[in-house]
Amino acid sequence: MSQVVDNIKPSYPLFRDEEYKENLAKKQNTVEERPDVDKIEEVFQWTTTEEYKELNFQRQMLTVNPAKACQPLGAVLCALGFEKTLPYVHGSQGCVAYFRTYFNRHFKEPVACVSDSMTEDAAVFGGQKNMYDGLENAKALYKPEMIAVSTTCMAEVIGDDLNAFITNSKKEGHIPEEFPTPFAHTPSFVGSHTTGWDNMFEGIQRYFTLNAMDDKTVGSNGKVNLVPGFETYLGNYRVLHRMMQEMGVGYSLLCDPTEVLDTPADGEYRMYDGGTSLDEMKDAPNAIDTLLLQPWQLIKTKKFVQGTWNQPASAINIPMGLEWTDDFLMKVSELTGKEIPESLAKERGRLVDMMTDSHAWLHGKKFALYGDADFAMGLTKFLLELGAEPTHVVVNHANKRFKKAMDALCAASPYGQNTEVHVGKDLWHLRSLCFTDKPDFLIGNSYGKFIQRDTLHKGKEHEVPLIRIGFPIFDRHHLHRMTTYGYEGAMYMLTTLVNAVLERLDDETRDMGKTDFNYDLVR
Amino acid sequence: MALRQCAIYGKGGIGKSTTTQNLVAGLAELGKKVMIVGCDPKADSTRLILHSKAQDTIMHLAAEAGSVEDLELDDVLQRGYADIKCVESGGPEPGVGCAGRGVITAINFLEEEGAYDEDLDFVFYDVLGDVVCGGFAMPIRENKAQEIYIVCSGEMMAMYAANNISKGIVKYANSGGVRLAGLICNSRNTAREDELIEELARQLGTQMIHFVPRDNVVQRAEIRRMTVIEYDPKANQADEYRTLAQKVIDNKMFVIPTPISMDALEDLLMEFGIMEEEDESIVGKTAADEVVAA
Repeated sequence: MSQVVDNIKPSYPLFRDEEYKENLAKKQNTVEERPDVDKIEEVFQWTTTEEYKELNFQRQMLTVNPAKACQPLGAVLCALGFEKTLPYVHGSQGCVAYFRTYFNRHFKEPVACVSDSMTEDAAVFGGQKNMYDGLENAKALYKPEMIAVSTTCMAEVIGDDLNAFITNSKKEGHIPEEFPTPFAHTPSFVGSHTTGWDNMFEGIQRYFTLNAMDDKTVGSNGKVNLVPGFETYLGNYRVLHRMMQEMGVGYSLLCDPTEVLDTPADGEYRMYDGGTSLDEMKDAPNAIDTLLLQPWQLIKTKKFVQGTWNQPASAINIPMGLEWTDDFLMKVSELTGKEIPESLAKERGRLVDMMTDSHAWLHGKKFALYGDADFAMGLTKFLLELGAEPTHVVVNHANKRFKKAMDALCAASPYGQNTEVHVGKDLWHLRSLCFTDKPDFLIGNSYGKFIQRDTLHKGKEHEVPLIRIGFPIFDRHHLHRMTTYGYEGAMYMLTTLVNAVLERLDDETRDMGKTDFNYDLVR
Repeated sequence: MALRQCAIYGKGGIGKSTTTQNLVAGLAELGKKVMIVGCDPKADSTRLILHSKAQDTIMHLAAEAGSVEDLELDDVLQRGYADIKCVESGGPEPGVGCAGRGVITAINFLEEEGAYDEDLDFVFYDVLGDVVCGGFAMPIRENKAQEIYIVCSGEMMAMYAANNISKGIVKYANSGGVRLAGLICNSRNTAREDELIEELARQLGTQMIHFVPRDNVVQRAEIRRMTVIEYDPKANQADEYRTLAQKVIDNKMFVIPTPISMDALEDLLMEFGIMEEEDESIVGKTAADEVVAA
């Protein structure tokens, strides 16, 4: 049982040692009330059937892994994208620990975020006192230049009023009157992480511009605003900067957490780094227009852009894949009057070249995918451009309008004729689909790995390998630094997809003397 | 005698707190050991016993001390007339926080601190009139109050409320031991009030345990922050409360109520002339419409 100091094994392979195997079997047989193996297998096989799928899709009272997170998580990410901003969650402590670990595990970075730790008496009397002390302490200890306040369920259920509490905190002198404190109510039991991002962003828009519109003129600063929405690929922020700089246009990327979520190990800890400056936010109404890069999630933001900033918020799709990146760049060009530069045209050409090089391997390959609405739509669009077939698209937090738009998108492509779009469904539904209508691959976040395990258990020929593109990715390193937007992002996705196809082919043709007639050196 | 836990519900302003305290004074006079637990953020359930404006509540003291864990039973429990024990759960000012959670917190605290372990015959929960959320149903959750008394009068809204509370009781009664123990009619001097409440009680499957007549001595005592039994033990009204107390002691009729439909309730009110027959033809008609029609 004991480990030897010069050969300390981690849990795997340690638990494969005989004594651990015995121990585990004893536990299973004596205290787990485990049905016998045959019964477990029988039930497992049943869950892979068409009959089970039918029952599964009638499920009403239970959600199993919905591939979405809760509102304040989105609000925290939004806050992290602003200069020297401390995300502050009014409510219970455990929720905030969850947001921090969730981001830690994905970004492999510390994430600064505070809670005002409401306890039982705060639940009864309301959390105003917590807000007083919380704001005062957070400002004194962590010296932010802005505190962005969101809420947990606890504060929402008892109806705490952020506007009143924050105003009172300032009146009582806990923080200075002029200290920036945008806020958003983010009940977790409504919407998802993308709703929370949208709410927080609108709160920031509201705080800095609602009462400062008199001296603003649309177009006067000659810039284009870009609003990313809940975006976790750090490369996406970087590629947006690069594309705009290559175009030579004035722009403001409103919300940019790349620096704080990717700080170098140079011996200095930074609680804050980079981010959109508050001045940029204040100046945003002077821009020519504001482009919402994930329009399906930026509902309130859009309303504010149109209603208060008086900008058109020109309709674009998420800049993923070839055509929608074209559309995005052409829209920027149209708004600013600047030509798309040769460098980007060349980059586009390279992407098209790559697409034709890999076309033979991707053509007709079936992919099931899941994730946020805009991401899923952008990825579907790109798959169609590659000649790959998106067979099942699961988006838990989307609405009927989204499904209609997706259906129309797929109907317009010969590769989308068999695409099924499932809104409001979860990964347990998708698991059924992976058995009854097997795709070649699954694309999504780390949670899909359990579908891969389950399908493998039915047999190697049933296995649906997971390709990790999405959020969160906990079980692979550094993928969050990659890019999915623009031509560059399309190149990354294409490379990932085609190599997954080739890896799988190698995997299947590695059987010496049986399948290795096709275990080719050149693919 | 085993501890009996009773909860008093009823429409807001019907006289629950006054009735409860007078009833409890009657029980105490009969030698019973009683505790009152006020479950209303207004904290006015014990003032007649303690002769105080409002007792320091559990939630108020907890907020001062830092948390509920920092409190001890002696901090929150006070003794008043005839050694009646008094606690108030307390809660937030109107418009903030969560009063229901306050009731839950307070009752959990009392249980953990062993407030019920002492030598007691009765516990009375005096609950906020409008049972607006789960917190105010705390007193009738499992292992708490088993007997529910509803205070009502012959007014329409009071009877609506009594019927609605019965519906709530059914929900808890099916999974636990809570039972409706009777209606206490706190008279408002409406016509045939006693008959009306008796009929309502019959339809709900319960009893009108006592008809408490209206008497100004109650108000006179209340101004002095006293129960009638303490203020003027010889008053007729004091005897009424004594009778009610004796009836509660002797009560054996604990039922799962049979709440009646809105239609049945309206029929009952019409039968007793409290409600006019509804004229379907005028529903949704504006004054202007009616002028045109005429």
